[in-house]
Amino acid sequence: MDGVAVGSLYALIALGYTMVYGILQFINFAHGDVFVLGAWVSFAAAGAVGLSVGDQTAVPAWLVWLLGAVSAGALAAALYEFVLRPRLGAGRPPATRLTWPLAGVSVVGWGTLLLLVATRGVVAGGSHTIAGGMILVLAMSTCGLVGFCLERLAYKPLRSAPRLNVLITAIGVSLLLQNLGQLEWMFGTRPDRMPTLVPDTVLFRIGHVPVRLVDVMVVATALVLMVLLDWLVFRTKMGRAMRAVSFSPTNAALMGVDVDKVISFTFVLGSVLAAAAGFLYGQKYPGLNQTAAAGWVLLGLKAFVAAVIGGIGNIRGAMLGGLLIGLLEFFAVQYVPEGASLRDIFVFGALILVLLVRPSGVLGKAVTEKV
Amino acid sequence: MTTPMLQIDDLHVHYGAIHALHGVSLAVGQGQIVTLIGCNGAGKSTTLRTVSGLLRPTAGRVLFEGKPIHGRPPHEIVRLGIAQSPEGRGIFANLTVDENLAMGSFARRDRAEAARDRERALDLFPRVRERLKQNAGTLSGGEQQMLAMARALMARPRLLLLDEPSLGLAPQIVQTIFKIIREINAAGTTILLVEQNAHKALEVAHRAYVLEVGRIAMEGDARDLARSDAVRKAYLGVA
Ligand SMILES: Nc1ncnc2c1ncn2[C@@H]1O[C@H](COP(=O)(O)OP(=O)(O)OP(=O)(O)O)[C@@H](O)[C@H]1O
Ligand SMILES: [Mg+2]
Repeated sequence: MDGVAVGSLYALIALGYTMVYGILQFINFAHGDVFVLGAWVSFAAAGAVGLSVGDQTAVPAWLVWLLGAVSAGALAAALYEFVLRPRLGAGRPPATRLTWPLAGVSVVGWGTLLLLVATRGVVAGGSHTIAGGMILVLAMSTCGLVGFCLERLAYKPLRSAPRLNVLITAIGVSLLLQNLGQLEWMFGTRPDRMPTLVPDTVLFRIGHVPVRLVDVMVVATALVLMVLLDWLVFRTKMGRAMRAVSFSPTNAALMGVDVDKVISFTFVLGSVLAAAAGFLYGQKYPGLNQTAAAGWVLLGLKAFVAAVIGGIGNIRGAMLGGLLIGLLEFFAVQYVPEGASLRDIFVFGALILVLLVRPSGVLGKAVTEKV
Repeated sequence: MTTPMLQIDDLHVHYGAIHALHGVSLAVGQGQIVTLIGCNGAGKSTTLRTVSGLLRPTAGRVLFEGKPIHGRPPHEIVRLGIAQSPEGRGIFANLTVDENLAMGSFARRDRAEAARDRERALDLFPRVRERLKQNAGTLSGGEQQMLAMARALMARPRLLLLDEPSLGLAPQIVQTIFKIIREINAAGTTILLVEQNAHKALEVAHRAYVLEVGRIAMEGDARDLARSDAVRKAYLGVA
């Protein structure tokens, strides 16, 4: 069961790698860190609403920072829209350049804060499961916001730069996130313990494998999110635009697609899923290591391997790849002597094998272009 | 004099250090078919890409119905009523034929009207209708060209930009494509047509411009140009 649970988390993270690759053809190395951020934001949010298991302060300082940033953003947007723009006259830049991003940031930020307050109420009322759901949403919206800002600030200015530059930037962003997270006013360098929000009960057994409530919760949440994503990508207008942009941004623009918007949307989507994975991971394995810990990096890397095995750029492939990797690890630990210490070897061995046999991944198509 | 639907004034476009257009001026009147012919690398596609906003001119103006549109992003220009069927067709090979058509009406909000336009486009291109559920990458070149034109029509453009619709197609299909270009125009859509096939293009067009290495070399009534010695020698292969 661990295999399926962890596999579905790999799948959630792998989706972010694969979607961004599908659209921009670059590996967002900072994506694994957004997952870690999701876990830690969940932890901080749990602390902020009074669910702490230890000695944290009730309102972490980053909340104050968020509040400050959000109000500054809202103020700037308002000033620009109502004071500056009417004075600029004919040549004024269109409203969408600045106003919408700023307005979006402040709406999400304020929404987050309101949700936090509401969750506090729910916790006080005693319902930890509902509070868990609300914390999940909080982590998702915070990481979505972070994903949006990362793309706008770090990657968008490099849209026409050589791909290597973008790759190096991504590694830089990754290091930045890891080290920011270690700061004392963020999450600190000590490991912490995530409060678990569902009781530790064994629901039933398959053979001699126990199925715990937390496993069911992890798998069910991940599954719902993946079904939603699949629907979004393959059944909605936005999803169609995403697929069109991934094939040809230029031609998508000719159809009237605002390519920048689609790219931002993709980053937000990937970050939101990674945040959910972070929350769920904390529920399954409550011991949270500091943000730069090697274990986190390895997890992100394995999710990336899952994306490659499924076929990078292929959404259903990422889901499949995640499950495959999770199960492979599980069977290695269960049935291979010394398997627990060798499981990473199995994962990366599988990667090599897949790359040798099917270089474009299990569900990936060989690149053929008709000219 | 009425304002032309599209007017290009002294347009200069660079690709980095390469100066591709050296002051191109042309006008497309309401309801006309205007063709832009020229050799490989003359700058025909560059001109169209600048009109649709994919490229920004370094100097000069593009006016659509009298209003400047140069420098605006392509997704806004589509909404003004200009659709382009790009060189090489620009089909989304990872989408179905039906989804490709739907991309054509991406910028529109009037769903019922878009559905009617879809029917009209499919009536024009029955071959496309037969393949709606198929992956667009599996279409033949001619079918892809038909899809590209049908898709451009889905935007209900007032100005349709066609970049070499006859490229690489069998003579019979070229015939069909040009017949349909006439029909589209007769139904009220203004067309700026870029072509290598000067013979066919001059046949359907009202006006024509000849582009030579980034400059307009000749312009005039399409029939007059087709009869002129210079054009006959250089573009129609008549000694
Ligand atoms: N992306 C680019 N980067 C650099 N130079 C370019 C680019 N695209 C076009 N050019 C140059 O600009 C000039 C005009 O190219 P353009 O594609 O407009 O020609 P064209 O008239 O459409 O030719 P064809 O009939 O072959 O399609 C050519 O000299 C070409 O080499
Ligand atoms: Mg061309």
